[in-house]
Amino acid sequence: MSELSRRSVLRGGRSLTPGAFYWMRYIVPALAVYVVFMAWPLLDSIRLSLYTGNHANRSFVGFSNYSRLFAGGEVATRYWSALSHTFYFFALHMLIQNVLGMLFAVMLTSPTMRGRQVYQAVIFLPTTLAVLVTGYLWKLILNPVWNGEILRAIGLGFLAKGWLGEASSALTTISLVSCWQWMGIPTMMFVAALRNISDELLEAASIEGANAWHQFARVKLPLILPVVGMIAILTFVNNFNAFDVVYAMENANGAPNYATDLIGTLFYRVGVAGQHPVGIPDTGLGAAIAAITFIILVCGVVPTLRLTQTKE
Amino acid sequence: MTKEKKTRSLRVQNMHIPSHGVLALWSLLALFPIWVLVVNSLKTRYTIYNNPFWLPEKWNFGNYREVLVSGDFLRYFQNSLIVVVLSIALVLLLGSLAAYSLANWRGRASGALYFWMIAGMMLPIKIASIKLLEMVKGLSLINTIWALVPIYVAMGIPIAVFVLTEFVRQTPGELLEAGFIDGAGRFHIFWRIVLPLLRPAMATVAIYNLIPFWNDLWFPLIFISDERSKTLLLGVTRLFGQYQTDWSKVLAVLTLSAVPVLVLYLAMSKQFIKGLTAGAVKG
Repeated sequence: MSELSRRSVLRGGRSLTPGAFYWMRYIVPALAVYVVFMAWPLLDSIRLSLYTGNHANRSFVGFSNYSRLFAGGEVATRYWSALSHTFYFFALHMLIQNVLGMLFAVMLTSPTMRGRQVYQAVIFLPTTLAVLVTGYLWKLILNPVWNGEILRAIGLGFLAKGWLGEASSALTTISLVSCWQWMGIPTMMFVAALRNISDELLEAASIEGANAWHQFARVKLPLILPVVGMIAILTFVNNFNAFDVVYAMENANGAPNYATDLIGTLFYRVGVAGQHPVGIPDTGLGAAIAAITFIILVCGVVPTLRLTQTKE
Repeated sequence: MTKEKKTRSLRVQNMHIPSHGVLALWSLLALFPIWVLVVNSLKTRYTIYNNPFWLPEKWNFGNYREVLVSGDFLRYFQNSLIVVVLSIALVLLLGSLAAYSLANWRGRASGALYFWMIAGMMLPIKIASIKLLEMVKGLSLINTIWALVPIYVAMGIPIAVFVLTEFVRQTPGELLEAGFIDGAGRFHIFWRIVLPLLRPAMATVAIYNLIPFWNDLWFPLIFISDERSKTLLLGVTRLFGQYQTDWSKVLAVLTLSAVPVLVLYLAMSKQFIKGLTAGAVKG
């Protein structure tokens, strides 16, 4: 009834039925900004990966930027190292965020649990801060000159190490700081999903004799799995663009000795800022890094969506 | 209240002790750096090294005074405020216009446009940076804060379309009908009836975009090197370099840069949590 009257109001009624031409006028401003400043630059970046030189004189080079990236001495070494670091960074996020997020969410959604609001607000707090700010902050906290005395005093002296200065531990340390920062998002996504599960379903399960673990594994987990997919996508996209955390805690070179170099920092050096000896950005090579990232993201995101997002 | 009931509810609460332990531990971990940030910003250059995790023996507000008075901090702050407010206002305006149309126009093209626009929620705009940098140079917007606005608006539109279209679809048809019978035009209905109804959804969209816009380092970093046009976060990187030997001042800068968002968050944490998870959870 309401739907019908709404249609007659909006499409029929006294005036002529407004069609595409009418409604397009409302969309054009948003669509124009979106296409000009997002969609088109993204697609054109892929085209630029087939060229070399800058804006003024650009020449077509086919796939040579790609071959340099995959098998071209120093450049390829840096690329493969950044790519594998990025996957490591992503894997740690997935492991920690999903396990801890699910644990926190199950605890927070227990109907008799007290103080939920406070815990939620606190867990979410770091997410609202700039990565740059928390990065600088953790850099200070992890500085052994600064924390050494206190850690030794409480018998944890072994923790007073240069975690960020050693190639073996720097990337893991930075990944953990990043996980710490974003923990609020997966937690709250799981909380929202668990709240959507009807009480009758859980009651039925407990009448059937399911204990807490069975309730979780057999009832809750299958219902919140689409959220894991969503977290995977968000984390994947964000991690392939991660830059600030490395920039704040180390530098744009992924110190020490490129141990924390991610796709984001490599892209910045190569395509935007210009690398050390030359100082002029190699836009073609940068665009090739961007294009491959785009392809990796599409290959990761589309199947994940297919697998985990059931049609409703 | 019988005794039996009391002991039962006590038993239920005891069951949660491990949960409280885990959550309290993580809460401490979440708050600890913020505690370190604030208490040490109130110390001096050398006193931050004694007892780094505890309150200052002598409170020093001089860092804040110096940062606010001498540096370019207030200019950075003003630049960020202009960019963020303008961008969010434009996202809301363009987004709600598009949403009004997409919710009412039932055609095949409408559905396709909707999906094309919300796909942007998953597109990382950073990888278009090389092209965007050339465009910004071409438009002579390099080194100005105006370079940031169209990019932020483009970043914000997908979520605005996603949240607002759903919301317009749910507005009762009778309301629109009443307006139409009164002889109002469709734009009038949008402006006078739909827009006011959209307010809660617009708050969600505004909050969703506030954090990434305010906390963005990437685009200011690649577009702006002129001191007068730096945004707050880019300014923080400069001040970090300038005060590098004096961490207590660095921490004062960091605190001041985080204060606006923190205050808003403390005032309305529920809306923040809802807003920031809006893109990911259906409904």
